[in-house]
Amino acid sequence: MHALDRKLLRDFARLWAQALAIALVLGCGVAALLTSFVMYQALGDSRDAYYERNRFADLWATARRAPLSLLPDIAALPGVRTAEARIEGLVTLDIPGREEGAVGRILSLPASGEPLLNLPLLRSGRLPDPDATDEVAVNEPFARANRFVPGDSFFANLNGTRRELTITGTVLSPEFIYTIGPGAMMPDNEGFGVIFLPERAAAAAFDMSGAFNSLTVGLYKGASEPEAIDRIDALLDRYGGTGAHGRDRQVSHSFVSSELDQLWTMTIVMPPIFFGVAAFLVNMVLGRIVALERAEIGLLKALGYSNRMIAQHYLMLAALTAAVGILLGWGAGAWLAQGMARLYARFFDFPYLIFRGSWSVYVVAGLIGLASAAFGALRVALSAARLPPAVAMQPPAPPRFRRGATDLLMARLRLSQPAMMILRSITRWPARATMSALGIAMGVAVLSAASFFDDAMDKMLDTTFGLANRQDAVLMFAENRPEIVLDELRGLPGALQIEGQLVEPVVLRNGHLEKHTTLEARRPGADLSRIVGGSGRVIAAPPGGVVLAARLARQLGLAPGDTVEVDFLSGRRETALLPVTATIEQYIGLAAYMDFETLNALRRQAPQVSVANLTLDPAQRSGFHRALNGMPALAGTAMITDMRRSFDETLRENISITATVYIILAVLITVGVTYNGARIQLSERARELASLRILGFSRGEVSFILVGEVMVLALLAQPAGWFAGLGIAWAFTQGIESDLYEVPFVIVPATFARASLIVLLTALGSAMVVRRRIDRLDLVAVMKTRE
Amino acid sequence: MPVPVFRVAGLTKVYDTGQIKVRALDGVDLELYEGEFTVLLGPSGSGKSTLLNILGGLDAATGGHVWFRDRELTGLSDRALTAYRRDHVGFVFQFYNLVASLTARENVQLVTDVSRNPMSPAEALEMVGLAPRLDHFPAELSGGEQQRVAIARAIAKRPDVLLCDEPTGALDSRTGVQVLEALKRVNDEIGTATVVITHNVAIRKMAHRVLRFQDGRLLGMEVNDTRVDPEEIDW
Repeated sequence: MHALDRKLLRDFARLWAQALAIALVLGCGVAALLTSFVMYQALGDSRDAYYERNRFADLWATARRAPLSLLPDIAALPGVRTAEARIEGLVTLDIPGREEGAVGRILSLPASGEPLLNLPLLRSGRLPDPDATDEVAVNEPFARANRFVPGDSFFANLNGTRRELTITGTVLSPEFIYTIGPGAMMPDNEGFGVIFLPERAAAAAFDMSGAFNSLTVGLYKGASEPEAIDRIDALLDRYGGTGAHGRDRQVSHSFVSSELDQLWTMTIVMPPIFFGVAAFLVNMVLGRIVALERAEIGLLKALGYSNRMIAQHYLMLAALTAAVGILLGWGAGAWLAQGMARLYARFFDFPYLIFRGSWSVYVVAGLIGLASAAFGALRVALSAARLPPAVAMQPPAPPRFRRGATDLLMARLRLSQPAMMILRSITRWPARATMSALGIAMGVAVLSAASFFDDAMDKMLDTTFGLANRQDAVLMFAENRPEIVLDELRGLPGALQIEGQLVEPVVLRNGHLEKHTTLEARRPGADLSRIVGGSGRVIAAPPGGVVLAARLARQLGLAPGDTVEVDFLSGRRETALLPVTATIEQYIGLAAYMDFETLNALRRQAPQVSVANLTLDPAQRSGFHRALNGMPALAGTAMITDMRRSFDETLRENISITATVYIILAVLITVGVTYNGARIQLSERARELASLRILGFSRGEVSFILVGEVMVLALLAQPAGWFAGLGIAWAFTQGIESDLYEVPFVIVPATFARASLIVLLTALGSAMVVRRRIDRLDLVAVMKTRE
Repeated sequence: MPVPVFRVAGLTKVYDTGQIKVRALDGVDLELYEGEFTVLLGPSGSGKSTLLNILGGLDAATGGHVWFRDRELTGLSDRALTAYRRDHVGFVFQFYNLVASLTARENVQLVTDVSRNPMSPAEALEMVGLAPRLDHFPAELSGGEQQRVAIARAIAKRPDVLLCDEPTGALDSRTGVQVLEALKRVNDEIGTATVVITHNVAIRKMAHRVLRFQDGRLLGMEVNDTRVDPEEIDW
């Protein structure tokens, strides 16, 4: 081994604490990049493979009742490769041993056995016999949650008849990677199942012989989706078509896509912070090492070492540090990606997860880590190489301090000499002080941005459950019912308050912009389900107009005062032109709202309701559920109380995991910056500090200078950190916004306070660790050594 | 007739710090010869170190010419100067300039790693009497021992010239003598042209040739007909 390489290794071993502090920050960058990118790739690849192998459809359409004879016409449309008709419907389920009702989504299986599109993947047992009337396959998560195995049975309310259905097998379907029931906000596999029923049995149950109410379509590559949608809509229109849509409005697909968007945002936003801070730390520490080794550099040059060899020597020191960071990052990244995969397995039902050629991702993450260390080291290494040898061997000139405006200020303030030393040092190296403060600010930013999710979720939950949805249960009718049905419900055991709501599927249009959504109407003064704006204001939709969710209005290019075209997709399919009376900020969903009487009048009908909202007496819960089992008109029940609890629990758990991760990340950044900063100061000031000790200053007074500078910088960093945190949080909200939800951009002051406290304590801790070295300062030795 | 190893003609060096100009060398003409032991004498600021740095290719002249054998050094590129130092010059400094994180042997190896025909580090350390201290770190060696490691490091490449800037400046008389003996031995046995800067007038007695400097000029030159051994030098 060359002597210079040996010097390299020994220097590295001597600098281990500083190198490790840098390596940890760099490792965070590598790990963050790996985790989010590996998961992004895995989720995307698994989804694409699953879609491909199980022939995920391109278009979906529903109709009230269309004749099967229409199918060849649809199949013959330009661009259409496969068209498949099926029967689907929502039914209430009665599961033995379960008190509450459950909801099932029935999907018919063709008489030929397997569907052409959205092929279910058999996980256990077999598919039902096409001729059987009481055999079904169910989705695996539903079976697992209810501990069903093939051979078990449950009851379903099929078009008014209670029927016992026997499970022959469990399946997964590309249509249900994310399985969410009607009216639910997150998966509830126990209370919602997908039930695959043979076509003949389904036709009989839903009165659909020779007809279908659900259509799936596969398109040729390159076929125009909007054109196909228009043609299908034209064909289905007279059979009660509610409008075809592509994958973008398929619920499971849009949830998976929004998760992919989030991962991509993570990939873009987080790693650069760590790489940037690591590059700065490499620059700062290496700069100090080169300053200390001036004489050695001069010597190496005198011995005939070339500029390249010297630059390389210092670059290698940075590379070794980077290598440690990269190895740590690879390990942590692989571990975190596994953890993420387990988390995903709880929400997404994939038959397999594909981790493709991830080694290349490891290489790329490693190279980026190496590049950021090299970026930080390059200028220092070049300046070392460019030092003229005769100059290098002279001790450096003492830094030049000049009296300036700040000195006048300090004199005014009658600062003590140690305080003066602190402030002069900061003003003497403004670039380094600024970069250090920015580094610490990143720690604050990462923490505030992370806690932002907590605040945002609180706000979302508060608005959604505390203000907007205050009912305990929602009963969904299979068809709209006259409002008097609510009077019948008053007899339900435990029912306290009952309010009706009309929900109409519509297409809203403004010129060429259009959006499928629902138009909701409730009576003024409704108390259980309310329209809540961004500021928590409860709004009643005024008669004669439409209130739009602000995101929906933006997508349609509409503002209050404009006119929106409303196409009703059910019942009498009419079109109305209505003024937009207001827009409101809403976090979940993209809905439009109208006054109850106005909407019913517009539809020329006596008041009707689609759902009933109830509050319940908890003591009579069992009786309530038992009574519901006998109600034929119900398509489903959503227990908001349970939903609220499970939503809250899941979120709290996820947030506490992420909060821990982010606290670790922020602490590592802060330690990296402050520990190295203090070490460098101690190295630069050892003689000064020793001189002060000799002059009679106590250890405490001398430590004050060292710790003081770190803390002054840490304090100055706070406002910048808050701003950067706001920036990151804002970038997240932009990356995450989708049709499903919008994350409100709120950070409460306590979040900033907490982030600042954690970072300031960490900075103090790091400085105190370095301070211990002052105690061990050998006063005589320090004074004897030349620089 | 001795063969010149360095020829210097009209050499000037001006340090320009912006406000003041310092003429460190002011028109120096001289010759140094192969195989000779030369001592440069003069007070601080007389230009000795500047001359040594220019001869060693560490610094560039402001005016005049310097030849190493047939090759003109003035005007060489940084790269060519690096190669010149690597192939021909050995340096010894007042403060030893050892790399603290390398042992005696490894400090010497720093040189042998980049030279064409070096002796082994052990051989070089043997020459300066440090064979038993091969694997000690600088902090474990006395000042005289450290300076002898520096000499071993300088001679390990079998340089054509050995340039020493105050090699005994930081040492007491006993260790100073050990260092001078090592230098003399190298000069005698390998025939390396050796140039030594010193404040210590007594050391002039062991030189073949003595050059005196003042205010950047060469004051005079004397040749010793008889040289004394280092241990006879009176400090």
